[in-house]
Amino acid sequence: MKNNRNIVMRTPTSEESRKRLRVGDRVLLTGTVITGRDVAHRKLCEAIAEGRKLPFALEDAVIFYAAPTPTPPGRVIGSIGPTTSGRMDRYTPTLIEKGLRVMIGKGRRSGEVREAMARHNAVYLGAPGGVAALLALKVSSARVIAYEEDGPEAIMELKVIELPLLVINDCKGGDLYETVEGGPFVEKFS
Amino acid sequence: MESLREIETSRITDAVRDLFIQASNNLGEDVLEALKSALTREESRRARAAVVEMIENITLARKELIPICQDTGLAVLFIELGQDVHVIGGSFTDAVQEGVRRAYDEGYLRKSLCDPLTRKNTGDNTPAVIHTEIVPGDRIRIRALPKGGGSENMSVSRMLVPSAGLEGIKNLVTETVRQAGPNACPPVIVGVGIGGTLEKSAILAKRALARPLDPDFQTDENLRELERELLDRINDLGIGPQGYGGRVTALAVHVEVTACHISSLPVTVNLQCHAARHREAVL
Repeated sequence: MKNNRNIVMRTPTSEESRKRLRVGDRVLLTGTVITGRDVAHRKLCEAIAEGRKLPFALEDAVIFYAAPTPTPPGRVIGSIGPTTSGRMDRYTPTLIEKGLRVMIGKGRRSGEVREAMARHNAVYLGAPGGVAALLALKVSSARVIAYEEDGPEAIMELKVIELPLLVINDCKGGDLYETVEGGPFVEKFS
Repeated sequence: MESLREIETSRITDAVRDLFIQASNNLGEDVLEALKSALTREESRRARAAVVEMIENITLARKELIPICQDTGLAVLFIELGQDVHVIGGSFTDAVQEGVRRAYDEGYLRKSLCDPLTRKNTGDNTPAVIHTEIVPGDRIRIRALPKGGGSENMSVSRMLVPSAGLEGIKNLVTETVRQAGPNACPPVIVGVGIGGTLEKSAILAKRALARPLDPDFQTDENLRELERELLDRINDLGIGPQGYGGRVTALAVHVEVTACHISSLPVTVNLQCHAARHREAVL
């Protein structure tokens, strides 16, 4: 684990700061992130295709593939965590072309998405799956900004403080999962 | 005629409501113990940190009474309805669905169901998937499984040919877990249904996920050996907690078997993420 660095980042992220990230780096992200998953991605791409205005600026945006539980009384947000990113792959290159630079989720991305990331110095960060009570503590404010009619799939703007993430795909085409699955890791430990 | 035991539908609704709220906020001791045991086997800092996070999350959710995962699932129920029970006060099925509706509303659980074609949310997390079996006795046993979508998506049903045999089954199980990789939120629990028909194998695999995480729960010696071997093979994949690499890719493998047609070998591999929520009640 030679790359076990801890890196503090703020949004909007600079191209320079993203280019310094390497697979396996731990990132603590503070700032504004936008939630969006399946239905939101379809709608965003439809709006782009039809030349309509988007509900938020994609320029240097951070999208978190997430849909929280309803907010109980007295809380900022319900439980929140990443959904499987691969379902958004079909839409992602279009959004990267339009300015998306940081994606937060879990699971593998397609070759097309990784190529688009390398072209535009975008990065894909992993959030831990299934630890949504813990992650909710990192959210200081949350509000719905679009597609309220889609219930949990609405687009939200979150303010996060030191959201704990791990670099899965860096700007150089590196992939954390490829370094651990099957090959070298198993030989090392078995 | 023997006397029937009367059970009000309102009791069924209340029980179902409570089960799904408890399951979502308070993960069972069996899964917590399995994660603690995983921690003793993991060596890398990253894998250990991932498991520590899972354990802390479970503790926090219990204390704060909030869901351990934002995906509070599609509500799956296994119900054993005693044949000497007389359900009074309305429809049995409606009572179960109402319990699910109230759990997801009153428990602040996420409504994660939609029309498969229009993708429009159903708004109340119904309809639940209910598997009902009529059994002897005058009790109702209700098992609730809020099933997350990420691990369900990586599950597989396959009609193997009989010549594929046991080795074909083992390969399908390990290959399914390998393909799922990080997507299914490992360490996973693997439910394997073997035999029956296409849908029977899937129901067996799902029911296997409702079992407590206890190696001695499996009473069939051969199946227990098969479960042990599959678990070893899966953990040799090196996928590890969160797919970040590690020794523990699965916490358990549960196999259920029933007879099948002489020409077929149906197998379903149903994956369950580490947030393995299941709760039961007997009325």
